[in-house]
Amino acid sequence: MGPTLAGVLFIGSLVAVLALVYRPFGDYMHRVYDGTRSNRVERGIYRLIGVDPAKEQTWGVYARSVLAFSVVGILVLYGLQRLQDRLLLSLGFAPVKPDGAWNTAVSFVTNTNWQSYSGESTMGHLTQMAGLAVQNFVSAAVGMAVAVALVRGFARRRTDRLGNFWVDLVRGTLRILLPVAFVAAVALVAGGLVENFWDARDHVVTTVAGGRQAITGGPVASQEAIKELGTNGGGFYNANSAHPFENGTPWTNWIEIFLILVIPFSLPRMFGRMVGQKRQGLAIVSVMAVLAVASVVLTQVFQLMHHGTVPTAIGASMEGLETRFGVSNSGAFASATTLTSTGAVDSFHDSYTSLGGMMTLFNMMLGEVAPGGVGSGLYGMLVLAVITVFVAGLMVGRTPEYLGKKIGSREIKFASMYFLITPILVLTGSAVAVASGWGRDGMLNGGPHGLSEILYAYTSASNNNGSAFAGLAVGSVPYNVSLGLCMALGRFLPIVFVLALAGSLARQGAVPESDGTLPTHRPQFVGLVVGVTFVLVALTFLPALALGPLAEGIH
Amino acid sequence: MRVPTWIRQHVAALRALLVLTAVTGVLYPLAVFGVARLPGLRDQADGSLVSAHGRTVGSTSIGQSFTDADGNPLRQYFQSRPSAAGDGYDPTATSASNLGPEDVVDTLPDPALTAAGEDDDNARRSLLTQVCARSRAVGELEGVDGARPFCTTGGVGAVLAVFGTRAPDGTVPHPTRVVSVNEQRGAVAAPFLREYRGVRVELAVHGADYARGLVVPVRGAAPADPAVPADAVTASGSGLDPDISPAYAALQVPRVARERGVPAARVRALVADATSGRSLGFMGEPRVNVLKLNLALDARYPYRGRP
Repeated sequence: MGPTLAGVLFIGSLVAVLALVYRPFGDYMHRVYDGTRSNRVERGIYRLIGVDPAKEQTWGVYARSVLAFSVVGILVLYGLQRLQDRLLLSLGFAPVKPDGAWNTAVSFVTNTNWQSYSGESTMGHLTQMAGLAVQNFVSAAVGMAVAVALVRGFARRRTDRLGNFWVDLVRGTLRILLPVAFVAAVALVAGGLVENFWDARDHVVTTVAGGRQAITGGPVASQEAIKELGTNGGGFYNANSAHPFENGTPWTNWIEIFLILVIPFSLPRMFGRMVGQKRQGLAIVSVMAVLAVASVVLTQVFQLMHHGTVPTAIGASMEGLETRFGVSNSGAFASATTLTSTGAVDSFHDSYTSLGGMMTLFNMMLGEVAPGGVGSGLYGMLVLAVITVFVAGLMVGRTPEYLGKKIGSREIKFASMYFLITPILVLTGSAVAVASGWGRDGMLNGGPHGLSEILYAYTSASNNNGSAFAGLAVGSVPYNVSLGLCMALGRFLPIVFVLALAGSLARQGAVPESDGTLPTHRPQFVGLVVGVTFVLVALTFLPALALGPLAEGIH
Repeated sequence: MRVPTWIRQHVAALRALLVLTAVTGVLYPLAVFGVARLPGLRDQADGSLVSAHGRTVGSTSIGQSFTDADGNPLRQYFQSRPSAAGDGYDPTATSASNLGPEDVVDTLPDPALTAAGEDDDNARRSLLTQVCARSRAVGELEGVDGARPFCTTGGVGAVLAVFGTRAPDGTVPHPTRVVSVNEQRGAVAAPFLREYRGVRVELAVHGADYARGLVVPVRGAAPADPAVPADAVTASGSGLDPDISPAYAALQVPRVARERGVPAARVRALVADATSGRSLGFMGEPRVNVLKLNLALDARYPYRGRP
């Protein structure tokens, strides 16, 4: 079999299996969030937390619960890193410095998993598994909870209640993330991922050639599974999913890409079921699929054609790639990780071809909605759908509606503010860094590629992705602080606006459908949302891209 | 006394975090660890270690350098790919090079330091020059042509800085001065190109600023698919890549066979044993595990010094 056909089959098999699980998995998630019964374990947990699962919250209380949980998460994770030398399994590592600990705490709580540290030389095992990996679970569950609250806003009539955050958090963690992660982790061990509690200092071997090599173990498989499933992306090791202990074979690579995509692509089914019209879910997933397929195809073309000076000299875009994955499968991983909010990497985007690297950047600039992060992809896409019906309403001069809800000035304000936050953070952050000595000092590559490194960093942080053009040295205080701020604002401001939008939608009754209602389940609407998404993003970011990857890639 | 709502909310949050930490941060990894003790999983969970002569020599998942203390290749072994992890294949410092696709201009070393036999910490070889140098070195080691597009025969990036007025399309049709930026005066006798658009090409000087010139990589006449394969001239993502391509393994067979004094066909058979195809026939790329291959060689055809 030729490499091209194999690459097509690799991507095709992923698409086929994702399509296969769309219904059953989406229906399962619908039952998880729509059911009213708690099992015994959950009831015990609610007693421990001290909340009444039957008591639903208004949007304000829901939002404050999200924020309280996140603030506590940041503080605990910060403390854990600062005190790790006094705790178990520290491997002899010193406490993480304050700016680095702040950056990492925010990074993992916001589901970004940007890493300004190198895992194997910074973090003890306890910090990894009881700190970072816990946030891998719960930050993903928070994203899903917010998405479910927004969907309830569309589905419910004349109420101020959006559900109970604590119930949504616990159910998402225990019923969705935990079982899938467990099965996946065991499968990954079979593929060569390690799961132990070794101290690398006790496992130094003398190699065949007589050198010394430390075999760095750890509870890796368990963390890897949730890192992909929760679209988190923070690697146990610096090399992330390129490391053989994080991603040992071509088929673990397939599983990891599948884990990244399975929840985001199945959530629209849950959405369709909750609003009582499965075809609405199908329309949303179609928008995601169209954007994703177009992006994957372009990335594959750019990477396989390997245009550019060094890739031509090499004869393939192989710098920063593992032999077992090759160009095509590595490109597929890169697309999946940036189309979602994951940010794990099995190859290094900084060394991709100019235009292939640009695609990873562009995927994040799309706002990570195709299919986006766990939960955040769905709510991001629904906000874009709201903006689209508004734009369509302007064209024909009618008050726009979506799913029987009027999109009035209040709703469109929340949606617009949601959309504006990330471009403001990305462009302001990049501009400040490029204009500052500390910003330029971090660049590894010169010229347009150096600008791309900085642009990529702020795009990744503000969109809560976490991947990097990793040549950029981001361990300095100004980078740690500013990127941490971008991650926090890029996560929590949109969440507040989404919940406010949900509250305002839930209060409305239903508008009866009329001849003038724009049908939102037809291909026409799918095309409109794709168009609006693309135009908004292109208008916002084209100038920045022209100075970076386009300047480098087009001679 | 009534506790304010916001405090109660944060206490609930802390309790929730602690409960979920117990479940997902302690019970879950311990459960995976427990299952991973089962036969069939245990070896992998413990790092896929391999032994030779009764001692552990590494992990089949993690690549190694097969070089002497000075970094020169041990000719009796198959060589791994270049590595950017620490000093090479260091699992405590995993890394890719992260150098970009148009990283083509070197920062030259101070000749005073070079003459004194020291390394200049400010010098930096571009990705292009690294690729060219590796290609040349591998070509020499294996006795094939190490030429590549955009490389000089000396093994650096063939790149010019062209000075002069730029045309609207960005080119410089009538250059006033041309410098071969990666070839240093004193280190190279003559530039790879004598003339460019009628202007004599100069060699580069340490410390000179050529930033105003237009950077022009010169393709040269090397074939588009060079004799030295792509994986032999590039660093991997992890710096720990345990594999090489079947093409790179095939290139090394004659040398290893010669060093060990065995027919190439026997070595080729061992390469075949250490080769994995694509998973399920379509995932990933075919590859050769270098550590497994070299251990098999040592077991079957021990090296007895140069014949």
